Amino acid sequence: MKYRIAVLAALTAAWTGPVLAQAKDPTIAGIEKYREMLGDDNPAELYEARGEQLWKKKAGPKNASLEQCDLGLGPGVVKGAYVQTPRYYADADRVMDMETRINWCRMNLQGVSEADIRKRPFGSADKPSEIEDLLTYVVTASKGMKMNVPTDHPKEREAFQLGQAVFHMRAGPYDFSCATCHGEDNLRIRLQELPNLTKAEDAKRAYVGWPAYRVSTSRVHTMQWRINDCFRQQRLPEPRYMSEAVNAVITYMAQTGNGAEYKGPALKR
Amino acid sequence: MEMNVTRRTVLRAGSLGALSALIATGVLKPTAAYAAEWNKAAFEAHDTASALKGLGAAAPADHKDLILKVPDIAENGAVVPVDVVSNIPNTSSIAILVDKNPSPLSASFDFSNGALAEVSARLKLGQTSMVKAVAKADGKFYTAQKEVKVTVGGCGG
Amino acid sequence: MADPMKIRAQLKGDIAEIRVLMGHAMETGQRKDAAGKAIPPHFIQSMTVEVGGKKVVDGQIGTSVSRNPVFGFKVKGAKVGDKVVVSWVDNKGDKRTDQVAVA
Repeated sequence: MKYRIAVLAALTAAWTGPVLAQAKDPTIAGIEKYREMLGDDNPAELYEARGEQLWKKKAGPKNASLEQCDLGLGPGVVKGAYVQTPRYYADADRVMDMETRINWCRMNLQGVSEADIRKRPFGSADKPSEIEDLLTYVVTASKGMKMNVPTDHPKEREAFQLGQAVFHMRAGPYDFSCATCHGEDNLRIRLQELPNLTKAEDAKRAYVGWPAYRVSTSRVHTMQWRINDCFRQQRLPEPRYMSEAVNAVITYMAQTGNGAEYKGPALKR
Repeated sequence: MEMNVTRRTVLRAGSLGALSALIATGVLKPTAAYAAEWNKAAFEAHDTASALKGLGAAAPADHKDLILKVPDIAENGAVVPVDVVSNIPNTSSIAILVDKNPSPLSASFDFSNGALAEVSARLKLGQTSMVKAVAKADGKFYTAQKEVKVTVGGCGG
Repeated sequence: MADPMKIRAQLKGDIAEIRVLMGHAMETGQRKDAAGKAIPPHFIQSMTVEVGGKKVVDGQIGTSVSRNPVFGFKVKGAKVGDKVVVSWVDNKGDKRTDQVAVA
């Protein structure tokens, strides 16, 4: 409890004034210049290229490619599919984010076992995982398009509500929730400004950068990884990969920030 | 074919066939076709002075027309963008050094056949350090330097 | 085998702006693996850029270039369609050559 209060105090203390004053802060200005100088050259493009090969390659016990995979816009349609996820898929009778959906296709079209899918979803800089490559390929095909996440199906609405509940659920040894760090305006941890993901404006900005290549780890991280990492930082047990809870949190965030232009995969610190 | 052919003549000849023939006959090691021998003395030097010596640039003079653009603060030292532009006439090469790195020399580039004397790159900085650009023009060496503060990031992003 | 490079070459006026992204670990030799064993250095040592059959950049590279290196160059007098050929060789002798036309 003591720790939590200290962290919260630190978070609050980091906020020193109105936005205008903050813009003049030389540290913030320096970081902005750094991000600007990094520019558009993103090693995620290496993932994209490998992902495209994997997408078209026959693989798995059924020796099939993923080219007939229905990402939501019909079999084989990749362009624009990402900005309409997470969504309800009738054939699976559940709401899935894109990462879960591609894995669903690997299981159903290629015959890859669920155990194999779960074995190593998150790779390393030296050895990225196949889903990291595949996902980067799929999301890049929607770059520049507007997020248009469907919200009409009852299960899509249900996923939003479940996600919202999970986002605000306080638990673990420090009684944290996602909202502890991402439910208020103008918080930051050290130099990182924390988006308030309960607000459309911030959620829009944050959501469209994922998946992302982080220079600190030299690799692409998926949204499933990102949510898992938040739970890790809350000292909660790591959620099961592609779980309903994680898919629901992603759905909550995607629907909250709907309508923004997709800019990923981004290049981040 | 002449056997005492130099690397430069081979490159001028520019014929892939001739090049492979030379590689096959053992006149050229495969890597020799790509670039000059890696400057081990300069790249493996552990301080800037020795690295500069290795480059043959022992005491470069400051020059206002050598422009080094780096961020004042790097959010992460693993990737620090660096741009160097030399407006010094007849600049033929640019080297970039990071004073506090275990091996300060990061890269050096020779320009020819219309290449402008400028380069952008991304470097690793182990800690806050001076970054130096060194340009060679008409056989003389010039320098410019700026400090980059390296911070440690928090979570999120 | 190393990933193919991503090369962009865009003509602006009579200057070709060339951006290259290489897939490489750029191991410094300073890091240790999980077992505490030193990871041997593995890094690109040299690179060249040719435009229209002529070498324009001859580069030597050390361990402090970032993983998955990105370089930018500018070349005067290039034309649309000129072939841009980029090659690299690392300290273990691995190499890669890729090309693109100036657009």
